[in-house]
Amino acid sequence: MSEAHFEANGGNVAVFDTHPSEVIAAESPLHWSRERGLVDDVAGHDGDVKVVERPFLGHLILRGGAITLDEAVRAELGISLPGKPLGLNVDADGSRSVQWLSPDEWLVIVPGGEEFELENRLREHLGDAHFAIVNVSGGQTLVELSGDKARELLMKSVTYDVHSHGLPVGKAVGTVFAKTSVVLRRPNETGFELVIRRSFADYCVRWLLDAGREYGLRVESPSSR
Amino acid sequence: MFYIFCPYCDERREEEEFHPSGQAHLVRPTDPESVSDEAWGDYLFFRDNPRGIHHEMWVHRLGCRKFFNITRDTTTYEILETYPMGEQPTITAETARVRREQGVQTADGGWQTVGAQPENSTLNEETSS
Amino acid sequence: MTQPNRLNQGGRLDRSRRLSFTFNGQQYTGFAGDTLASALLANGVDIVNRSFKYSRPRGITAAGPEEPNAIMQLGASEAAQVPNVRATQQALYDGLVARSTNGWPSVQRDVMSWVGRLGGHLMPPGFYYKTFMAPASMWMTYEKWIRKGAGLGRSPAEADPDIYDHLNQHCDVLVIGAGPAGLTAALSAARAGARVILCDEQEEMGGSLLDSRESIDDAPAAAWAEQTVAELAGMDNVTLLPRTTANGYHDHNFVTLHERRTEHLADTAAAAGRDGEVRSRLHRVRAERVVLASGSHERPLVYANNDVPGNMVAGAISVYLRRYGVAPGQKLVLSTNNDHAYRAALDWKEAGREVVAVVDSRANPDGDLVKQVRDSGIRVVTGSAVMEASGSQRVTGARVVAIDTERFVVTGKVETLACDTIASSGGYSPVVHLASHTGKRPQWRDDLLGFVPGEVKSMHFAGGVQGVYALGETLADGGRAGAEAARAAGFAQAEAITLPSVEARHESPASALYQVPHEKTTLRAPKQFVDLQNDVTAAAVELATREGFESIEHVKRYTALGFGTDQGKLGNINGMAIAARCLHRAIPDVGTTVFRPNYTPVSFGAIVGRHCGELFDPERYTALHQWHVENGAEFEDVGQWKRPWYYPRKTGGKTESLHDAVARECLAVREKVGILDASTLGKIDIQGPDAREFLGRVYTNKWAKLAPGRVRYGLMCKDDGMLMDDGTTSCLGDNHFLMTTTTGGAATVLEWLELWHQTEWPELQVYFNSVTDHWATMTVTGPEARKLMSEVTDIDLDREQFKFMDWKQGNVAGVPARVFRISFTGELAFEINVQANYALHVWKTLFAHGEKYELTPYGTETMHVLRAEKGLIIAGQDTDGSVTPEDLGMHWAVGYDKPFSWIGKRALTRPDTARTDRKQLVGLKPKDPKVVLEEGAQIVLDPAEAIPMTMMGHVTSSYYSPVLKSGFALAVLKGGRDRMGETVYLPMADGTTHEAEVVSTVFVDPKGERQNV
Repeated sequence: MSEAHFEANGGNVAVFDTHPSEVIAAESPLHWSRERGLVDDVAGHDGDVKVVERPFLGHLILRGGAITLDEAVRAELGISLPGKPLGLNVDADGSRSVQWLSPDEWLVIVPGGEEFELENRLREHLGDAHFAIVNVSGGQTLVELSGDKARELLMKSVTYDVHSHGLPVGKAVGTVFAKTSVVLRRPNETGFELVIRRSFADYCVRWLLDAGREYGLRVESPSSR
Repeated sequence: MFYIFCPYCDERREEEEFHPSGQAHLVRPTDPESVSDEAWGDYLFFRDNPRGIHHEMWVHRLGCRKFFNITRDTTTYEILETYPMGEQPTITAETARVRREQGVQTADGGWQTVGAQPENSTLNEETSS
Repeated sequence: MTQPNRLNQGGRLDRSRRLSFTFNGQQYTGFAGDTLASALLANGVDIVNRSFKYSRPRGITAAGPEEPNAIMQLGASEAAQVPNVRATQQALYDGLVARSTNGWPSVQRDVMSWVGRLGGHLMPPGFYYKTFMAPASMWMTYEKWIRKGAGLGRSPAEADPDIYDHLNQHCDVLVIGAGPAGLTAALSAARAGARVILCDEQEEMGGSLLDSRESIDDAPAAAWAEQTVAELAGMDNVTLLPRTTANGYHDHNFVTLHERRTEHLADTAAAAGRDGEVRSRLHRVRAERVVLASGSHERPLVYANNDVPGNMVAGAISVYLRRYGVAPGQKLVLSTNNDHAYRAALDWKEAGREVVAVVDSRANPDGDLVKQVRDSGIRVVTGSAVMEASGSQRVTGARVVAIDTERFVVTGKVETLACDTIASSGGYSPVVHLASHTGKRPQWRDDLLGFVPGEVKSMHFAGGVQGVYALGETLADGGRAGAEAARAAGFAQAEAITLPSVEARHESPASALYQVPHEKTTLRAPKQFVDLQNDVTAAAVELATREGFESIEHVKRYTALGFGTDQGKLGNINGMAIAARCLHRAIPDVGTTVFRPNYTPVSFGAIVGRHCGELFDPERYTALHQWHVENGAEFEDVGQWKRPWYYPRKTGGKTESLHDAVARECLAVREKVGILDASTLGKIDIQGPDAREFLGRVYTNKWAKLAPGRVRYGLMCKDDGMLMDDGTTSCLGDNHFLMTTTTGGAATVLEWLELWHQTEWPELQVYFNSVTDHWATMTVTGPEARKLMSEVTDIDLDREQFKFMDWKQGNVAGVPARVFRISFTGELAFEINVQANYALHVWKTLFAHGEKYELTPYGTETMHVLRAEKGLIIAGQDTDGSVTPEDLGMHWAVGYDKPFSWIGKRALTRPDTARTDRKQLVGLKPKDPKVVLEEGAQIVLDPAEAIPMTMMGHVTSSYYSPVLKSGFALAVLKGGRDRMGETVYLPMADGTTHEAEVVSTVFVDPKGERQNV
């Protein structure tokens, strides 16, 4: 089985579809928080801030030169690579995005299950160019923050300037969140997104609940599948 | 708490996102085997500790994970410039002395410049539009 | 209850809201809008505290943060106790309970007052040091009683019910102080579009405008303040923070503001009906520009008995009269060296009280205010000063005398004026504190008789803080500073606002007067207090200079001048002036004083914010954490990770001990099969055509020929040749590797790889990415491991097909997995990697099938025992940054003949690293099998040697082995490999000495056959 994958890429890189072919239970990074009642199962709560997990998305890290990758990402994903540092490009319906992480590093987020096929198409497109693609879908999750107090909640949590002067729509930054780090994104006018690491997810949830207590904050997630 | 200009993210960030990584511009001898024990010891263990202008390497650990250099005044904690790996500082102890003698301030407002490019407040807007 | 000193009208109070409060057990009432201080004065409370050293009665002296005496312990319940609150800054609320921090058992009758009564000569500066110095061992005992007598407030004995937080703020212009200068500065910057934060420590913004006699645009100054604050409040780009003290100015314009959010309302947020809200908040502000408009503090004059209740700073008199409708006495004598203080006399008279006299040290004051006072019929005595106050519990009179300030002598006869209040003014000290927090020294200005801030980059000064005091000029100065700051922050069009009209006043210049000369010498005269909070007298300062302390920094430390919780806000300049006089020097020549954060005390709660309790530090969980919790695991902290330590069994209400559980888990692995959650291991994905070359440079061993499908153990050194981390790296493809690191080393190793790639070898085509969180890792190990695995995977597990140090891809429990045949236990082992979202399913499936093999979960403690039995090291436990691969006996993992001089290679031939008597890793077997040596225990060769003994090494890992039925240990020992079979000794702190034999590091299965079954 592994041999087949080596061949698929000239034996240089082993690609790996992490998803089982049969239906198997999966738990997002917020699952344990939900088990303890910190996270609500279903949506519907309306407070001054709403925090909703978008679990099981496909997260890929792209490494390489901007020009090479831009051409491939445009062709295979229909989104251009952000041209400037800290740029975030989102497609029309908001379900696919490409984000600048560093001068040779981008984060691609796509609907769950698309990531393996996308990786293969990109690899094929990029051919012999020097690049790397790494699937990190199991290691992080996306959380959306919206509501009137979302900005103030973030001011309690990150040192970054979350005012629209500092974080306008289309910008995303890696920064400190409480005592850990997150990727903080502003995909649209209505809210913010946090990309949080799996192992820190429960800490982040507990932090958000504590900081958002005065706004009646609840966290929602369909965190198992 | 420093406010450090990351030359890759192209904006200032809080110190807690960074990690100091020691003196900048250290050169690892290309052929270590031909270097004397004493010279290798110097490379390993001896560092400058100047009063005044110092060049340091930092890494934007919780941001873009890139290493870069800082020219910092160790007496005032001012960061005079930051510049990517592979580049040379435009401000050194020597230029600072000359500028001081000529009555020229080395940098405005305690803010860093990127190489010779002066810091300005529109930098942030430019990067984020 | 009546408020005898409350005026019938006036003040910015809501007289419809009566508030009741208690002070030292006595009940009083005040009004909404009062501070605790104004309410105490309204109720005629003269004595609010006892002094720190002499235990003299003390009353309220000032009206702001500079107050040295009215330091309170607040809180109606034990949990709500707050020490060292300045009554002048505490808003009154209904049910407030305050006590004096000092005065034991009460302020009226004080145990320590004998000290004060016996006179000053008993307690010179350094008294405590000199008197209680010997024997040194007794100091702790002395200190306990001195502190109890002195009283410095106390912290609560119960948990604080309130919560606190931080708010990170960014702005273009931060304006500190909302007096006249701050308001025009904020408005000028805000109208230009800048993001402005305006903070002010008081309940209400407006500063001196709130008690000013002057008019702005022909209306009371306070009305203009209200209107300006309202305009600012209506602007989207302005954040107003009243009740917020700028306490610290740090590098690169980082300013900490402390906002009191509920403590002005009640004891606790819950009591204020604000449950869930924070009591106080620390704003962490990163400002492009800072406008410091912190104003000035009026200095009192130093004269004899100037601490008796009834002695006040002149400006405070006006504040209490005009803002709080309180006249703190009946008959006033004012002693001044400047015009501005005259307003206190006018305010006093207008309140219907008697002004006995204004005593002015100047010969011919002729300013407009002076004329106004004279015209109102108040007696003005010139060329004179109040030399001494009469009275003990309250001022009964003022002894006034003509003085020569140049020669520092009295020149006439003393006249005693009967009065109950003495107001004094020695001029104004700009509040330069924040400007000096980053080390910039203030500059003395002779024309202002005060220090102004030194130049601070990115900080602009406005108004009183740089000695601009006249109202019109202050408003203009603020407008200028605000516009300058906004322009510097990028708002090029910013201009100062059009100024409102203010009537100019003629002022006659102040004269320099700090300490008033007395008819007796300073050392003989009644006490003349310089620092009221720390009981430092003029005599003490003079004595210090005589004893050879010439710099003010030394005088301060010797006398404790300025070391109180008020940081000497009232006393510092007077102290410096007295030291300068004694040393015959100018004031700046005795040194300037630099302040440190914080400007006023900040509660620990606000500093800590939310980072406490469960949120003190992040806890990292693996994808299997839920299972561990549900199965009763005890957890161990490894870095921030919570790892299962052991899984105690509960049978018949009894919980298995650590020792028993570990023994059981160890035997399960050695005899059946065990499973470990190894997800915390660092995992780094490495891709690129030069990946292999890079590995060869950062690892000590060879990587050139490792084929896809194979795994290798690697050692990583720093360039000094010392081991940094270790782990296995698998070849996934020719240009693709998966590196594992220790749990604690994950971030460090990734940064290390990036460091070398980015700074030394950017030409190598390779990328590194962390996949630690992406993969969950489970180790199935033990003789039955293959049988168990064969039930859940489609991978061919045949020992010839799937060899030790191979990896294969397939499905485990239906989930795509990479399985690695590597072993950290010495037993047959399969390490399974699956995408973390599916980990729980795989783990549970293994247990469903594992029951018949007695599959046993084991934790880190068992893992440690098992690996130590095999002599496998843990980087960071058996190594400490001073251990080379050679010291570990790992010559086999060092590729000296690799073409590139890999990291650490050159250093291994330096004389010190090549020594043969270095500490080397060995095994230790205690002679008594019951003994488990202490980790860290020192090894000696001769137990009879006199102390200090020659230490030969130490124990790095030590456990009890259920297989060996004995304790065993790993240790580093000088020349250890040549000492096999020797006996060494480990002397313990309790006097016992353990004996151990030096043995091989491999205790179990020395031929390594078990992992290849």
